[in-house]
Amino acid sequence: MNAAGGQPGMTAVATGAMTLPLDVETIRAEFPVLRQEVNGQPLAYLDNAATTQKPRAVIDAVSGFYERDCANVHRGVHALSARATAAYEAARGTVQRRLNASRPEEIVFVRGATEAINLVAWSFLRPRLQDGDEILLTGMEHHANIVPWQLLCQQSGARLRVLPVTDAGELRLEALDGLLGDRTRLVAVTHVSNALGTINPVAEIAARAHARGVPVLVDGAQALPHVAVDVQALGVDFYVFSGHKVYGPSGIGALYGKHEHLQAMPPWQGGGEMIQSVTFDRTTFAAPPLRFEAGTPNMEGAIGLAAALEWLACVGIGRAAAHERALLDHATRALREVPGVRIIGTAAEKAAIISFTMEGAHPHDIGTILDHEGIAVRTGHHCAQPLMRRFGVPATARASFALYNTHAEVERLAEGLRQVRRVLGR
Amino acid sequence: MSDLRALYEEVILEHNRKPRNYMKRPEGANRSAYGFNPICGDEFTIHMAVEDGVVKDVGFEGAGCAISTASASMMTQALMGRTEAEAEALFEAMRDLLTHDHPDPAAAGRVGKLQVLTGVREFPMRVKCATLAWHTMHAALHGVDGTVNTEEPEERHQCAIGGGH
Repeated sequence: MNAAGGQPGMTAVATGAMTLPLDVETIRAEFPVLRQEVNGQPLAYLDNAATTQKPRAVIDAVSGFYERDCANVHRGVHALSARATAAYEAARGTVQRRLNASRPEEIVFVRGATEAINLVAWSFLRPRLQDGDEILLTGMEHHANIVPWQLLCQQSGARLRVLPVTDAGELRLEALDGLLGDRTRLVAVTHVSNALGTINPVAEIAARAHARGVPVLVDGAQALPHVAVDVQALGVDFYVFSGHKVYGPSGIGALYGKHEHLQAMPPWQGGGEMIQSVTFDRTTFAAPPLRFEAGTPNMEGAIGLAAALEWLACVGIGRAAAHERALLDHATRALREVPGVRIIGTAAEKAAIISFTMEGAHPHDIGTILDHEGIAVRTGHHCAQPLMRRFGVPATARASFALYNTHAEVERLAEGLRQVRRVLGR
Repeated sequence: MSDLRALYEEVILEHNRKPRNYMKRPEGANRSAYGFNPICGDEFTIHMAVEDGVVKDVGFEGAGCAISTASASMMTQALMGRTEAEAEALFEAMRDLLTHDHPDPAAAGRVGKLQVLTGVREFPMRVKCATLAWHTMHAALHGVDGTVNTEEPEERHQCAIGGGH
């Protein structure tokens, strides 16, 4: 991106971030995968909450590492190892700046949001958890932000409490203070719901939890591609996300943890890279973040992730969000006009994710018939079974938009749903 | 549209709209099993009344997509009055037709109008939908405990069906 964008481009984008609308065709040209047909139709990729496609800048960063710099990091004294280490640590700096963490040591590279949550569960929370303690979640969490805590509860005798969700798919905030008790040891909440699109007021939740001395973890997996994240402004203790949902590679993600927490946390996994010195009698551990990065890390992943975050910053998250908001409004209107469609999740603050059901059409039939039209959507429970139960549906179909989606694709989705009705003879 | 019609044949759509032996637990039901594909959310319970080695009556409860519902509905019709050995043979033939790239040519002849379900072979992601009712029925026939799941690899659910091999 540095070379391609150049200084003038960067400046123009930065100053015009909120005023110039996104040029979608220019954006699309940077995504090779979008230039294909599926079942004889141009691909309309509307499954971005599952994973996003990758821009040329990310593909080049990853292949560039393989073609020029591939060596193990933090190890050799040779030139390639030095370059790889510099690139890997520069990637950490990029993540730090994009999240506005106060220092790079607060960023730990992990496999993804799931691994980050497990790390916090076992290294931060487990040692301080006792029988009768409580962990407060919300009713719209992804399984990744439920199951790790459940495993802790099984071992410690702690229990989960759940902040309920309204019919519109918003958190019932008036219940929050009542659920924050003397035994609450952590609040774990998603920033943006993967199944409903709801954007949660995590700064307010964090402030209210902190007033009771309770630390807060935020699952940002769905937030990074859609909203500007500033961990200091949000005031959270931990923030986790996955690279592949924000135009980066899969198998890489990051944990932001306040330095005071990371400093005090014991290692989670043991191995190379995370040590200071090892004898058969004892090992002393490296300081954060390396203490939590046992083994050779996903170097090309970290470099690709940094490229993705830089690329998105160049485009302008504000411009991306404005475009996605327009797609969401358009899609909401268009889907409401399709007979039998019920949109699940109608929060006032939403990212561009629409979950819906259709009378007389099972989500899997919707998915197959739309695929036949070249339209990719997700169907199923979206790894949020408790939320599906809350809304009384076994599964939904979900269209989730990214900055490269177009209004024409929204129209194709609506027409595709009419086709579903025709095929199923409704 | 053309190959989509191979999956959504009129007969299948008709069974989906009006499933036969649906929400029915037959009188004298003495075999039942529960099938659940957690990724899809499709779930069916198959009830059978088997007397003197003959399937006297069959019914099913639950909910699923058009393919799984039609498959369950057509299966219940096909099983009525069959001997256990015939039901077993029908299961084997259907499994062969639904999951094998080169099914035994004789199998098609053994299943009659159920052949309409084999269009699913062109849609690999949907094969598990068509097989769910059949594996659940097979578990019921053999009195196998536990939940049947056709989203797992063939070998694994074969183990579950066979009962702890």
